[in-house]
Amino acid sequence: MSDHASRLLDRDYSGQPEALTPAYKSSRLRAPCQPLLRLPETVRDVTGPVFGHDKLGELDANLVINAAAPNQSALGPRILVHGCVLDENGKGVPGALLEVWQANAGGRYRHKNDGYLAPLDPNFAGCGRTVTDAQGRYQFFTIQPGAYPWPNHVNAWRPMHIHFSVFGHAFAQRLITQMYFEGDPLIALCPIVQTVKDPQSIDQLIAKLDMGRAVSMDHLAYRFDLVLRGRQSTLFENRPEGN
Amino acid sequence: MRPPRRYKESPSQTAGPYVHIGCTPNFVGVQGIYSADLGAGPDADLGGALQGADVPGERITIAGQICDGAGELITDAMVESWQADAQGRYPTAGASFSGWARQACDLTTGVFTFRTIKPGCIQTSGGPQSPHISIWIVARGINLGLHTRIYFADEDNSADPVLAAIDPMRRQTLIASQRGDAYVFNVRLQGENETVFFDL
Ligand SMILES: [Fe+2]
Repeated sequence: MSDHASRLLDRDYSGQPEALTPAYKSSRLRAPCQPLLRLPETVRDVTGPVFGHDKLGELDANLVINAAAPNQSALGPRILVHGCVLDENGKGVPGALLEVWQANAGGRYRHKNDGYLAPLDPNFAGCGRTVTDAQGRYQFFTIQPGAYPWPNHVNAWRPMHIHFSVFGHAFAQRLITQMYFEGDPLIALCPIVQTVKDPQSIDQLIAKLDMGRAVSMDHLAYRFDLVLRGRQSTLFENRPEGN
Repeated sequence: MRPPRRYKESPSQTAGPYVHIGCTPNFVGVQGIYSADLGAGPDADLGGALQGADVPGERITIAGQICDGAGELITDAMVESWQADAQGRYPTAGASFSGWARQACDLTTGVFTFRTIKPGCIQTSGGPQSPHISIWIVARGINLGLHTRIYFADEDNSADPVLAAIDPMRRQTLIASQRGDAYVFNVRLQGENETVFFDL
């Protein structure tokens, strides 16, 4: 692919959070004061690391059992999370590494800095990963995480969420975000969600219940698509796609 | 041609204080899920291998800390790097040099350390660029991951197009200095001597 063809579109900041969002207290001392310096497109990172399916462990995409004792499994509502990683051009992103992490069903993280009184689940670590297929599709099994309190303000609670880290094909596409659950009333109250001002963009972070992929007497399913930055023109066999 | 933008990029959300569980689980004692943390070094299961025995180039170490606007050390950040090899070529899949690494800051001292090879000059359509490493920083309180670059004080940086675009007063925030055997690259997120971050 030529240098020109692989250039990224300018970042569309209208759906992104500002750096300084005072209602989310931790941003107050961690947000740069200076505006980001725009780099000319000719010097942007259009390449990035690539990870293969071959390196993944058998249970990496099954958080229900990947930390469980033999014949045991994590506590909590069993769910399938699935969707597509697309770019802004609408093209599926194959070979995208997704890493996820989450609290257990009681809202507790397996982390030395989390002292919430809800107990750890000995059969749950809250850590998983997968790589998208040739069409950009992915899926993993997990349990629905619990809401949990945090010290941002009195009686502050995070909505139920799963953290996502996504690698596209360019380092400049790198993205970390959070997936929320359709219908959770805490979404509207959360200062982290509300760092995003555009309601349609917030909706992109809310996974939708997908009864079509739920399995009777086994698990529910949620659909969650992710969009990474696109390219200025998408080449297919050295022709701009669609020509 | 179809319109270039059919969808909007998903909004970023902070990595939060527990980013390690998903990205560097072994580092925080969540063991037995992945055999090694991604990008953590030559023994890492994916990526990593920045200093494999067969990789040509000068071995270097870069260490740094990240401070907030009050000058407090940040101990919950994660830093990722992307760089060219010693010949100035960006690695492709399967190359012995992966070009990518990931470090969690030390939970007490906040120090991050990259052991890698020094990248070469890079030829781009925007002109030759001095040796540098692209850096991406995420943490609690950072809503959108921050991109910056590490340049080297002992290289000729006078013709680099990115440094040339930066106010000379702020340029030094991107230049790692040599201290003993290592380069030092400290990051200031906010305020006096604030590091230059990029929209790229
Ligand atoms: Fe969280």
